Amino acid sequence: MKLDIPIKDSFRESRVFSSRLTITVIGIAILSLLLLARLVYLQIVSYGHYETLSQKNRINSLPLPPVRGLILDRNGVVLAQNFPVYTLEITPELAGDMESLITDISRLIEISAGDLERFNKQRKKRPKFEPQVLRTHLSDAEAARIAVKRPFMPGVELQVRLQRHYPLGTLGIHTLGYVGRISEDDQRTIDTSRYRGTQYIGKLGIEKSYESILLGRVGIERNEVNAYGRKLREVSRIAPVAGKNLYLNIDTRLQALAENALAEKRGAVVAIEPSTGAVLTFASVPTYDPNQFVNGIDQASYKSLLDNIDKPLINRALNGQYAPGSTIKPFLGLAGLALGKITTTTEVNCKGWYSLPGSRHRFRDWKKTGHGITNLKKAITESCDVYFYTLATKLGIELMTQALAPFGFGRKTGIDLALESKGLLPTQEWKDARKEPWYAGETVIFGIGQGPILVTPLQLATATAMIANNGVRMQPILRFASENPVTHKINRFTPKVRNRLPDFVLPYLPAIQEAMVNVVHGKKGTGRRIGWNAKYKIAGKTGTSQVKGIKQNEVYNRDLTPERFRDHALFIAYAPADDPKIAVAVIVENGEHGSSAAAPIARKLMDEYLLGNAS
Amino acid sequence: MPTSLTTLQRWNLDKPLGTALLMLAIISLGVIFSASGQDVSITVAQLVRLGIGFAVLFLAAQIHPDTLARWTPYIYLGGLVLLVIVLLTGVIGKGAQRWLNLGLFSIQPSEIMKLAVPMMVAWYFSQQHLPATSKQAIIAAGIILLPAALVAVQPDLGTALMIASSGAFVLFLAGMGWTLIAGILILIAASAPLVWSYFLHDYQRNRILTLFDPTADPLGTGYHTIQSMIAVGSGGIFGKGWLESSQARLDFLPESSTDFIFAVFAEEFGLFGIIILFSIFIFATGRGIIIATYAQETYTRLLAGSLALTFFLYFFVNIGMVTGILPVVGVPLPIISYGGSSVVTLMAGFGMLMSIHANRKIAQP
Repeated sequence: MKLDIPIKDSFRESRVFSSRLTITVIGIAILSLLLLARLVYLQIVSYGHYETLSQKNRINSLPLPPVRGLILDRNGVVLAQNFPVYTLEITPELAGDMESLITDISRLIEISAGDLERFNKQRKKRPKFEPQVLRTHLSDAEAARIAVKRPFMPGVELQVRLQRHYPLGTLGIHTLGYVGRISEDDQRTIDTSRYRGTQYIGKLGIEKSYESILLGRVGIERNEVNAYGRKLREVSRIAPVAGKNLYLNIDTRLQALAENALAEKRGAVVAIEPSTGAVLTFASVPTYDPNQFVNGIDQASYKSLLDNIDKPLINRALNGQYAPGSTIKPFLGLAGLALGKITTTTEVNCKGWYSLPGSRHRFRDWKKTGHGITNLKKAITESCDVYFYTLATKLGIELMTQALAPFGFGRKTGIDLALESKGLLPTQEWKDARKEPWYAGETVIFGIGQGPILVTPLQLATATAMIANNGVRMQPILRFASENPVTHKINRFTPKVRNRLPDFVLPYLPAIQEAMVNVVHGKKGTGRRIGWNAKYKIAGKTGTSQVKGIKQNEVYNRDLTPERFRDHALFIAYAPADDPKIAVAVIVENGEHGSSAAAPIARKLMDEYLLGNAS
Repeated sequence: MPTSLTTLQRWNLDKPLGTALLMLAIISLGVIFSASGQDVSITVAQLVRLGIGFAVLFLAAQIHPDTLARWTPYIYLGGLVLLVIVLLTGVIGKGAQRWLNLGLFSIQPSEIMKLAVPMMVAWYFSQQHLPATSKQAIIAAGIILLPAALVAVQPDLGTALMIASSGAFVLFLAGMGWTLIAGILILIAASAPLVWSYFLHDYQRNRILTLFDPTADPLGTGYHTIQSMIAVGSGGIFGKGWLESSQARLDFLPESSTDFIFAVFAEEFGLFGIIILFSIFIFATGRGIIIATYAQETYTRLLAGSLALTFFLYFFVNIGMVTGILPVVGVPLPIISYGGSSVVTLMAGFGMLMSIHANRKIAQP
């Protein structure tokens, strides 16, 4: 029976309590298992993941960039070195208001518009946490002024950085090239792990070709750091390996001589040691200062270089492609002899012009009155055009092209510089690709190195060296040796034979060599003005490369031709003639006459190299 | 009364529970020594606190449950008054007003409430007929929510929730009707969006959001969780060994001696050590539940049950937080974490449990 007044029902209360307690025990079991499952997930299933993260937290790898190898000339003159400079760097992420920060800095030190533009360009391209250079080459006084204020300028760092420096400035720029900051394009092609901590990469020239030798190997310092990035202790250290020093075959004296001789002009000089292929001089003028490219050139300076009518950025020795003019004659003469189309006694009567049978078109000789009865030696000595028009017609274009190929014309010489031009030989493929048919007249003028034939100064020098070296063409090379900067162990580069003239050609070489000596030392030689007082025998050949075609009844009038349409002056030579030590090719753009503009430069170089003093 | 009493029994001390607590205390000292970067002074400070804690436990064990029941309303009311005072004049500590300076020492009134609320609810039900009716439940809810609200506005949401939970455990054990339970759960669920929008601070909202994707803000709100998960995960099965927690030693793990101390333990001792630690915690909880089942009076059994469950809840919430399954709320790991008031409160609770057990009535046939 139910009571109206509720009394404490202990039994029921106890039962309810027990059942509720049972429920909570089940709840505790479930929640404990949940935690355990979570811990199993974290500590067993995801162990590897968290272990890696823990290591990454703990260990900070600091790249130790290697010191880039030096570049020196064959005599040990330093061409590229590393120079400690104060640089002012700003980390955009830490800097806050960049405008006002730069205003503050420019009150302390001079910041040029170029500096600022370069900085802003880099800042937009690079991640915000990466420090960017605002100014380099701070003086001690400037560095001190920044150092005092730096605590009040977040994100500003004063660093002493090793910077690439080219102590000789513009000298040899077209050989050396330069380093520059690693660009996004570079990032895609390089093994970025090798460049950790390195900001520069070879962009051009030797700096680019031998990047892998010069770069060295990055070291790594692994430090245990705390959560604030403070280094607590060094865990391990792999020291960086400095890049190898690179000795070039270039002789700075000759290089300077060549560049000075071409000063205020445009042109190229290449000198090669015939027996080894060592490139002694590789000059292209005008030059420019590579140092301005190291930290990224500002827009205005770059534009002025690009827009310069003299095109200083073009490497004329490597990429300048010129009609060889009469310098091709010794090579064609050799072809005529070797292929039996002429002998050394074959004579042509030069009346000052040449016509193809059944044509009234006159191919003129440079000498209006003609050379008279002319054999091969005379034709080369006096550079008779009619003789070579006749020879060209006899040989035909296919044979001439085939005969020139072994000298390296029409293809890359394989010098240790990137982006070499290969010139032009009118091969069958080239003719097929050309929409026009081959004209007989083209064969004729081919005989004097005009028409569809283009050579680079480097090719011309290499081919000359091949004649000098009795038909053995050595691989032209700039690298002389590499040196381990620690052990000073020198690893010399072994000269390589590129190719040889076929045996049946070799007996005819002396006749050509003799004719080339006669060019310089003969009474009527076109190069006689450099030969009369020489202390050694020189073999050479002058040339003139037409810039502007002269019409049939037109006379080349120097005074009416603007400077840049005047002929290019060419000269090839080697010396001493009986034991060749140096082969040279000189091209002076719009220099007109090989004998007056180009040959004296070659003579200066040879004097300096063979006698040790410039005359 | 049994004729022969051991020393422990004479002083109302419970051997199994005491053993578990001592083991936890030893573990605490070891881990704090490691987490503090082998700082002896911090370890000694914790030793002193644990000493005080055990002293409080001893004293609490000497109070007869009937006396405790008589004091309960006054303790509760006193605690409420202190909470109001702390709100009005509280010293600002860690951006929240929690501490009350009493001259010689500071106290956290919210710590008192952790015990006073379940005591008060248990006392209230001991005056009523059970199981609890709806009307009783509403009155009990008032007893719980008033101090919880005062703590929540300090703001100390974590403690407020823990206080509310300890009261709710009493309510649940008292036999509150299932329909009422369901109704309250629905009410909580329904009010969640409201609470989210109007009552939570931004940092609290962020902490909850972080739970779902700690990587969304790795250096901000998610930092604690990410770093503690790295610590726990990299511990693996056997751990890196004592004093080898790189996460704590290198300061990657924030609050490594206090709220996140479990991460240090997990990193150093691995899953193997964790299973041992869990066993001790669950054993202590279980012992509390057993004590509750032996207790024959409404007040003692409700209070004992609630104390045991609250102890487990702290454990669960703290480890859930450290392992990234619960939001980061400032709940320490009982006994192990470095910190004063919570150890004292906890030990007082265990003292009460022991007193309850020692003074239990002989089971009815």
